[in-house]
Amino acid sequence: MSFHSARSLLLATFALVLIGCEKSATPDQNASGELVVRIGASAPLTGPQAHLGKDNENGTRMAIDDANAKGIVIGGRKAHFELISEDDQADPKTATIVAQKLVDNKVSGVIGHMNSGTSIPAAKIYSDNGIVQISPSATAVAYTAQGYKTAFRVMANDAQQGHVLGEYAAKNLSAKKIAVIDDRTAYGQGLADEFIKAAQANGAQIVAHEYTNDKAMDFTAVLTAVKGKKPDLLFYGGMDAQGGPMAKQVKALALNLKFMTGDGSYTPEFIKLAGDAAEGAYASLPGVPLDKMPGGTEFEKRFVAKYGTIQLYAPYCYDAVNMMIAAMQTAGSAEPAKYMPALAGISYDGVTAKIEFDEKGDLKGGAITVYQVQHGKWQPLETLGAIAPVTH
Amino acid sequence: MEILLQQIINGLVQGSVYALVALGYTMVYGILGLINFAHGEVVMIGAMLALSALTMLLGFGVPPVLAFLLSIALAMAGCMALGYSIERIAYRPLRHAPRLAPLITAIGVSIVLQNLSMMIWGREYHSFPQLIANTPHNFGGAIVNDIQVIIFILALAIMAGLMVVVHRTRLGRAMRAVAENQHAAQLMGVDINRVISITFMLGSALAAIAGVMVSANYGLAHYYMGFILGLKAFTAAVLGGIGNLRGAMLGGLLLGLIESLGAGYIGDITGGILGSNYQDVFAFFVLIIVLVFRPSGLLGERLAERA
Repeated sequence: MSFHSARSLLLATFALVLIGCEKSATPDQNASGELVVRIGASAPLTGPQAHLGKDNENGTRMAIDDANAKGIVIGGRKAHFELISEDDQADPKTATIVAQKLVDNKVSGVIGHMNSGTSIPAAKIYSDNGIVQISPSATAVAYTAQGYKTAFRVMANDAQQGHVLGEYAAKNLSAKKIAVIDDRTAYGQGLADEFIKAAQANGAQIVAHEYTNDKAMDFTAVLTAVKGKKPDLLFYGGMDAQGGPMAKQVKALALNLKFMTGDGSYTPEFIKLAGDAAEGAYASLPGVPLDKMPGGTEFEKRFVAKYGTIQLYAPYCYDAVNMMIAAMQTAGSAEPAKYMPALAGISYDGVTAKIEFDEKGDLKGGAITVYQVQHGKWQPLETLGAIAPVTH
Repeated sequence: MEILLQQIINGLVQGSVYALVALGYTMVYGILGLINFAHGEVVMIGAMLALSALTMLLGFGVPPVLAFLLSIALAMAGCMALGYSIERIAYRPLRHAPRLAPLITAIGVSIVLQNLSMMIWGREYHSFPQLIANTPHNFGGAIVNDIQVIIFILALAIMAGLMVVVHRTRLGRAMRAVAENQHAAQLMGVDINRVISITFMLGSALAAIAGVMVSANYGLAHYYMGFILGLKAFTAAVLGGIGNLRGAMLGGLLLGLIESLGAGYIGDITGGILGSNYQDVFAFFVLIIVLVFRPSGLLGERLAERA
């Protein structure tokens, strides 16, 4: 009996302590009375795209560190920002688990996901829970086409990018017979489809459409099949981890053609992996070149000092966080429902561009720049598409 | 015609890589009846060790060919030590446990190695220095590189070498004895711990060679590269009959050929209904068919039963 009562007393104490903990850790206040704002981030931190995911995380972290150093005030209270970074492994299934975890952690907003394939299914979970999501790099049209009010992106979509690339291939590079390979992800497939539409509209013929996956290393079989169709340009829809080795194998198999790819391969990594086969390859990136970005040079200098080379999307992540915070300041609240309208109507001068959203949450305007590898470096050739005026 | 020839060459090269890795799976399975799922990661560690050694040696101004050979030797030594440790730490304590237990530790070891490698070498892809001239040779309209020829010959030579070791040496006799009956072998004076350790070390040394060859061929190394490769090689080993050295070779080459011909022609044959994205489906479909009719693989018998 006494044992029993002692045990229930112990249990009761435990329960009280637990409740106490719950109380003292209210989500919006820390020990020094500051408003705690949790910002979630999700990207592949393991797997073949881990280098890009880490780059995203670093861009996000830098923005959050900057905001904390600046001492942002939201609704009259000093705010402290916390980053909760999760690994979605570039896998759509994992992304939904991660999204739920971020929701459960009561984040005010999410920067992510990195890939289109992960951003699309995660968007439903954020929407169901009323949490704002800004993807720095998901470019598939489907991401914002689902009609969720909570989904935004700070990069031009694949309809714009694929269109520019297809037109560029057929017109500027006068490619007549084009072969296409994509990695069957939401991003690669979407970009390739838009590219094909635009190329065909400009008179080019698609002689082959082959496929690989986002973990492959060997492309000799599909490239040989492509070789049989004798194209004069090969377009790859996918990321650098495949794009680089593919360009190398194109050369090794003595395919005589121009190699073109999208933003996923516009990285220093691509050149490193392709070696001298990278020379002459084309790629595009939504936005203007880094040194033409309003705050690009300064951002690059600070980023490099802290984390090393920028892989790809770090500046976009940086802008996404800052926009989210700016909207919170305007609304005077870190609650998603309150600051979302402010975000939707924002006009923000970021390091990448002047950013405004259209009614779907897509970037208004949105320039696309075509680059080529020259002397072992990506060099901008031409910036196409509508360029949002930059005031600084 | 050139295209067909090229696809066959692609398949043989890819298949030789699978075979090299599959030999490691098959050796361990043949002797212990254990599927060493960490083998793919040992391949990756081999490539990474060689890359580090190579970068360092080239930095000291060692001539490229010598540096290449030295780094392979270093990678082999490193992987042998790793293979020994894996067996000692993760498998030996479970040798008499139910079969599922070592299988699970194997998967655990694989994850540990992958993450360890990510911590040591980072997440990014590393480009592997091109030391063997990659000049394409024109061979009846098809293109072959030096490194690809080396891979093919090496795979054959290593398989032949292993056959000799297993069937002609004292060590091989001990291996076969352990495979057949561990207790009986022990009673006959075979030091089974030593034999099993050596088996793991041999398999790991082969893994190191395979890793270096893969990296040299594709010009890259990455902490994740062992996973898919390991899976495919395991499939190849099962296809040929796991536990059988010649089966691993046959299974590897066959899987490589099926993949490359499948990817190359599936679109044309089905009139565009199935594309090259069904490459893996095709390979695994063949595996299922083979296993339905020959459950122990094409040449299925264990190492112990005389080939």
